[in-house]
Amino acid sequence: MVKPVPEFTAEIAANGGSSVMSCFQCGTCTAGCPSGKITAYRIRKVMRAAQLGLKENTVNGDDIWQCTTCYTCAERCPRDVQIVEVVTALRNIAAAGGKMYEGHKKVAKNLIAVGHTVDNNDKIKALRKELGLPENPPTVMADAKAKADFDKILELTGFNKLVN
Amino acid sequence: MAKYAFFLGCIAPLRYPGIEKSTREVFKALGVELADLKDASCCPAPGVIRSFSKSTWLAAAARNLALAEKEGLDIVTICNGCYGSLFDAAHELHEDRKLLDDVNKILSEIGLKYSGGTKVKHFAEVLYKEVGIEKIKAAIKKPLEYKVAAFYGCHFLKPSNIKELDDAENPKILDELIAATGAESMPRRQKTMCCGAGGGLRSQFGETALKFTKTNLENIKDGGASMIIDVCPFCHLQFDAGQKELGFNFPVLHLSQLYGVAMGMSAKDLGIDVHITPVKL
Repeated sequence: MVKPVPEFTAEIAANGGSSVMSCFQCGTCTAGCPSGKITAYRIRKVMRAAQLGLKENTVNGDDIWQCTTCYTCAERCPRDVQIVEVVTALRNIAAAGGKMYEGHKKVAKNLIAVGHTVDNNDKIKALRKELGLPENPPTVMADAKAKADFDKILELTGFNKLVN
Repeated sequence: MAKYAFFLGCIAPLRYPGIEKSTREVFKALGVELADLKDASCCPAPGVIRSFSKSTWLAAAARNLALAEKEGLDIVTICNGCYGSLFDAAHELHEDRKLLDDVNKILSEIGLKYSGGTKVKHFAEVLYKEVGIEKIKAAIKKPLEYKVAAFYGCHFLKPSNIKELDDAENPKILDELIAATGAESMPRRQKTMCCGAGGGLRSQFGETALKFTKTNLENIKDGGASMIIDVCPFCHLQFDAGQKELGFNFPVLHLSQLYGVAMGMSAKDLGIDVHITPVKL
């Protein structure tokens, strides 16, 4: 028996997804969802489960990670539910509970290591040079003080702790 | 003409530097001044980073916005993901004073402050709205005859209620920007469908992402196009890398590279040697 968590909608709201309560289950979102056409993901069902406080069902499954954040659903929602914001809130809750995939963690670890989601490499450095561009872009990658400032932001918002 | 802080992001400078180079050359030719947004980081990526921690995403985005504000410049991006992140962050911080105060408490630790004034623009928006089609036409040295697929991606136009750039279901901006070169933008089914890469799908659920890409490629083929023109390095990567596995071979160019060709840049300067799907011009 699945046990509802009465505080779950408040938790979603605290993470920026308060509009979930406006959903009246018309299904326009699922009808237009490109992910729903090729996976078992049904965003309408996620919205309902969230409203009912079914925390386990929504944050522990794969479903909420099948959204590409394309906004087709939100564009068409007749109730102005900020659906991508709700999905983001659910993902934040999932991640805070330790549910993170390895592929995503790799991206997050790149961000921690170099301040970008991908690192530079020899082939790209050579091409950049050939194009008359500096080997490293003029970002946190090229300035240790800037990278230290960026690291501080990650540290202050608990990102390193979350990912590691 | 205005001057902008040039926000590079990750995929363009670190996977397709030809996009960065072409943008610099094309904007120079059109009289738009770009100043590097020095010390910037990842936007951060809306898919994975925002999904993991909205507070980290917002604070790091605010740092990028504050760096531009310090220079007194608005931001221009060449990526839908960067545009999505920075635009959304700027919007949220503009609308919510408490959120802005909270973020400034974090920024103060690194000697920065954001007062909420930075505007974030997409490079295609700047081309369409500020440079204008007529001026672009006048700068074309080599009119093109390609039949192409205009690939809008998602975060360029959506959410349309805050971006207010074009009709998100039936857009025309990119088609018109392409037509300015002489190339023809071919019609197709599901023109505004996602490439499949976003939201963390490419990095964790690659096979699902490729199913999106395959549907798009079939629609592009049926529409009669022989080249894909995107406005986002992440869509660019998804199509360029994904085609090999799917058995298609459409050359993929970022709009800045298409403009580079039409404005007489050499093929070498477009950086197309690193493209996985060969580009023959």
